[in-house]
Amino acid sequence: MDLPNDALINYIFPNNIKVWWSLMIVIYPFITGLIAGAFVVSSLYHVLNLKEFKPIANFALITAFCFGLFAATPLLVHLGQPQRAFEIYITPHTTSAMSIFGYVYGGYMILLMLEIWLIYRPVFIQRANGTTGYQRPIWQGLTLGVTTYHPDSARLDHILAFILAGIGIPWACLLHGYVGFVFGSVKAISWWATALQPIIFLSSAVVSGIAMLIIMYSFIKWRNQAPYHYSMIKKLGAILLAVFAVDWALEILEIAHVWYQNAHEWEVIRPLILGPLYVPYIWGQIGVLSFVPVITLGYAVLARDTGKRMFHLINISSLLLVFQVLLMRFNVVIGGQLISKSKRGFVDFDLEIFGKEGVLTALLLLSAPFIAYYVISRFLPIFEEPVRDTATDSPGTII
Amino acid sequence: MENSTPEITGLESDSRREFLKHVLSGAATATVLMVYGPGVHGTSLRTGDSRIWKERSAEHQWTYVIDISKCIGCGACVRACKRENNVPDKLFRTWVERYVLTDKGVYVDSPNGALEGFEEVNAKIRGSALRTYFVPKMCNHCVDPPCIQVCPVGATYKDPEGFVLIDHEHCIGCAYCVQACPYQARFINPEIKKSDKCTWCYHRVKNGRLPACVEACPNRARLFGDMKDPESEVAKIFKEDKWMVLQPEMHTQPYCFYVSLPREVV
Repeated sequence: MDLPNDALINYIFPNNIKVWWSLMIVIYPFITGLIAGAFVVSSLYHVLNLKEFKPIANFALITAFCFGLFAATPLLVHLGQPQRAFEIYITPHTTSAMSIFGYVYGGYMILLMLEIWLIYRPVFIQRANGTTGYQRPIWQGLTLGVTTYHPDSARLDHILAFILAGIGIPWACLLHGYVGFVFGSVKAISWWATALQPIIFLSSAVVSGIAMLIIMYSFIKWRNQAPYHYSMIKKLGAILLAVFAVDWALEILEIAHVWYQNAHEWEVIRPLILGPLYVPYIWGQIGVLSFVPVITLGYAVLARDTGKRMFHLINISSLLLVFQVLLMRFNVVIGGQLISKSKRGFVDFDLEIFGKEGVLTALLLLSAPFIAYYVISRFLPIFEEPVRDTATDSPGTII
Repeated sequence: MENSTPEITGLESDSRREFLKHVLSGAATATVLMVYGPGVHGTSLRTGDSRIWKERSAEHQWTYVIDISKCIGCGACVRACKRENNVPDKLFRTWVERYVLTDKGVYVDSPNGALEGFEEVNAKIRGSALRTYFVPKMCNHCVDPPCIQVCPVGATYKDPEGFVLIDHEHCIGCAYCVQACPYQARFINPEIKKSDKCTWCYHRVKNGRLPACVEACPNRARLFGDMKDPESEVAKIFKEDKWMVLQPEMHTQPYCFYVSLPREVV
């Protein structure tokens, strides 16, 4: 293997006994990225008023919320002292990017919940008035005590939801952008340290969010034997292609810059990407998992096909892109730690299957948001209008 | 005519307004105090500002000096540190590296941190050796440490006399500091599940002793003293200005000064 700085043998520091940030820290930015991406999709309708995305606006919001429920869980699993995690709230050390996490995440979940409440409160009111038994107090609780619904309040709800969604976009950028900064600001790790890191993370987050929504939408509609909105999916595919083009360009720009400058970073990065990261990074992330979805997505979006073939191609592309983003998180988090700070060797990464930060734990945490979505979808109308009839002062018919 | 309606003195609405004002300003103050208050004293000062060292009325300014030309690679310092500080197996608060420069490249090793010293290097390397030396390493107790900057709860901090310490009552074990240290001096102690590192044997120094590694060194390759004492060896060496620090391009301003540090050492 190629070694940096004229090393004759692979020398790593004695304290390089393991990779300290493992799979939990890989899936954490992946999940927060899905939140940001899903929220951007819901804002296409709620903020930009693009009517063609109305059918998935609420679905995107609920999905963002489900991912949000489990965004902090990988971190809690990783911490040596998770019972002290709340100290980030009461004694945040403000020179640390990580210290703002608590506030940004907590605040964002409140924003999401508020927006969902504003949109779904007619449903809560109708169910509170219409159900009996153990369900009733739950619906009553969800109404937060506001048990009447007037036509005027529909307007106010809409305005407030618009404002919240408007605040939500920059906030989602902060929620995921700060993760990029957590990595990008570590000068000691050449693979992480770049000013582009926050926007690379953010753009790949939007890619993963859009792609995941497309896959989930397609699966749910297929499962319920409900009709697809082909033209909406095609437009979403176009947005996905555009955002991925930006994301890929940024990733290439970053590595091209390091290569061209040929400074101390390249000394350790060159053997890294030609050695331990050759397959996951060159072949995987910027190779196959970038070129193939661009070709399939490009064809699906640019060709005149508006039917099933287009739809299948977009789904295949979306699946590949979800894996591309997950692999990118893996390459960044693990890859950076493979470079020993001795600058003369590389650390091994042992992928655990069982164990606290193993593959099984990761799979469990990655499936949890989908289970939460399934549970919520049993109780709330997701693809139907929360309110049909706003002319009267009673909640309209709920499907 | 008597006014039967009670006079609205405005007391009710005024007192409600006053109450709300008090609550809001109290909440605002509490928030500011929580974030910027005295709770994280050592780290609320900008450690990057070297003026701190001259302004503060700290009695001592502890300094560490390592003389590469004197290190014989015996590993006594590593053994002493392990025993003194109960350092877990396979992890190190201090370690020694061996460099062998050949015409083909640089051979570096540190077998178990040099806990048992070094064995002979293989014949091929030995045959082409041009220069060889030993380099003790540890936490540099920097003036501007990235580890303090990144700690999300302020558990690691700079003592006014120079030590960079960890408050184990508050460390959450996130390992951000382990990532941020350019010298890999920090690790997560698997026994206590918190961050750990060399403390310059704070418990010994505060009781008038030297760090264990300094005391154990048979050849005076490791020196420890007070920069504020002009008669101390460390102050004299510092004044001679022939020292170097590790990775100066990282701008952490280490307080471990190396004498006769070769160019190849990272």
